[in-house]
Amino acid sequence: MTEKQPSILFRLDPRSGIAPYRQLVDQVRQAVEMGRLRGGDQLPSVRDVVTQVTINPNTVHRAYRELEHLGLAEGRLGLGTFITQNPDVHTTEASNAELARQLQLWAQRARAAGLNDNDMLELLRRILNHDERVLS
Amino acid sequence: MTTPVIETNALAKRFGRKWGLRDCTFSIPAGKVAALVGPNGAGKSTLLRMAAGLSRPTSGQISVLGSVPGAGDPSLLKRVGYLDQVRPLYQGFRVDEMFRFGEGTNPTWNMATAHDYVDQLGISLRDRVDNLSGGQRAQVALTMCLAKQPELLILDEPAAELDPVAREDLLRLLMREVAERGTNVVLSTHALGDVGSICDYLVIMSHSRIVLADDLEFVVESHRFLGAASSNAPALPEGVAVIDTRTSSREVTHLVRMTLPLVDETWQVTEPTLDEIIMAYLRLGTGSTLSQPRHDATTATSGGVS
Repeated sequence: MTEKQPSILFRLDPRSGIAPYRQLVDQVRQAVEMGRLRGGDQLPSVRDVVTQVTINPNTVHRAYRELEHLGLAEGRLGLGTFITQNPDVHTTEASNAELARQLQLWAQRARAAGLNDNDMLELLRRILNHDERVLS
Repeated sequence: MTTPVIETNALAKRFGRKWGLRDCTFSIPAGKVAALVGPNGAGKSTLLRMAAGLSRPTSGQISVLGSVPGAGDPSLLKRVGYLDQVRPLYQGFRVDEMFRFGEGTNPTWNMATAHDYVDQLGISLRDRVDNLSGGQRAQVALTMCLAKQPELLILDEPAAELDPVAREDLLRLLMREVAERGTNVVLSTHALGDVGSICDYLVIMSHSRIVLADDLEFVVESHRFLGAASSNAPALPEGVAVIDTRTSSREVTHLVRMTLPLVDETWQVTEPTLDEIIMAYLRLGTGSTLSQPRHDATTATSGGVS
């Protein structure tokens, strides 16, 4: 094999309940946020992705279109899909860090109150689903 | 729209006194990897065999790539690759002999593709078919189908009974083919995990009927769990069909298909996973559903023939 190494190795968790295209989008976004992918980096071709992870090529196209829509990537005709120069992720990165700190604090409090990891996840899930029973 | 890869109208097949398939009206658009899911005996193989032209309908119509399968249209044979559950290969043959047989019987055979694929899978052309592992045999059988370069691949449980690595290799080979040649695929499977990752169209069968046929993404978007305390459960909102209901002493949860946008505020709405949706449909009519109407779920797809 003389092919060059891919810029990102995708993973797919079929049990997560998260749509496969969303998983790809999230992994690219996180890689950009962490600096593992930089402006101008080429994303692996659809053909390469489907030999990396077992996934429908239409799903990869879909994920790449979504990344373009988010301004994180751009398609260059006949060349492939590339990370945009100066992708705008730093603001989210900063606010994510603040949110993560708050959540960390909350998790400590929840553990002290006797909740285990699953209890916390269930509670968060219910809140995200606007399940008001948790508030009563 | 381009011609659907498979389109049926009130398709039915009877074996003696038993219906193998009935009231079957659906279509699979072009450009899809479609999963056919259902319990054993639901009619999946019956449907696939008819699509491949290996058996004729008792009544109703089926068209594949715009032609009637098995009606003596030789061009359709070239355009469709069919892989049976039993993966027929000649046991005494070597792999290269199987390929020469394929070349001799298929005018569109691409020998370079066949060699390339087995090479990547680490299978030697000199290997004898009866010395191959089950996984390798499945890979050679699929390669035989792919080398024919069909427009439509019909695969009956292509990855059944394979170990996880062989499965993964086989499905990647398939996805690569879809990426490179835009091949249409219709495959039956019991592995729900595969459905979400490799398929983008879903056909669910139960008791010889089609109970759902739709774009995978729309399937997820159009189903919701509705939950409420069972003591004062509100009336179901307009435009929902109940697929499955679960009750505890405190709560009642319906899995519903929405035919109208949900505006209701009285139910707790949560998003089901694809597995949960498929499982609910597979439970339909098996007797394991708990009370609640079942008819709603099938009205949308059942045809007029009885």
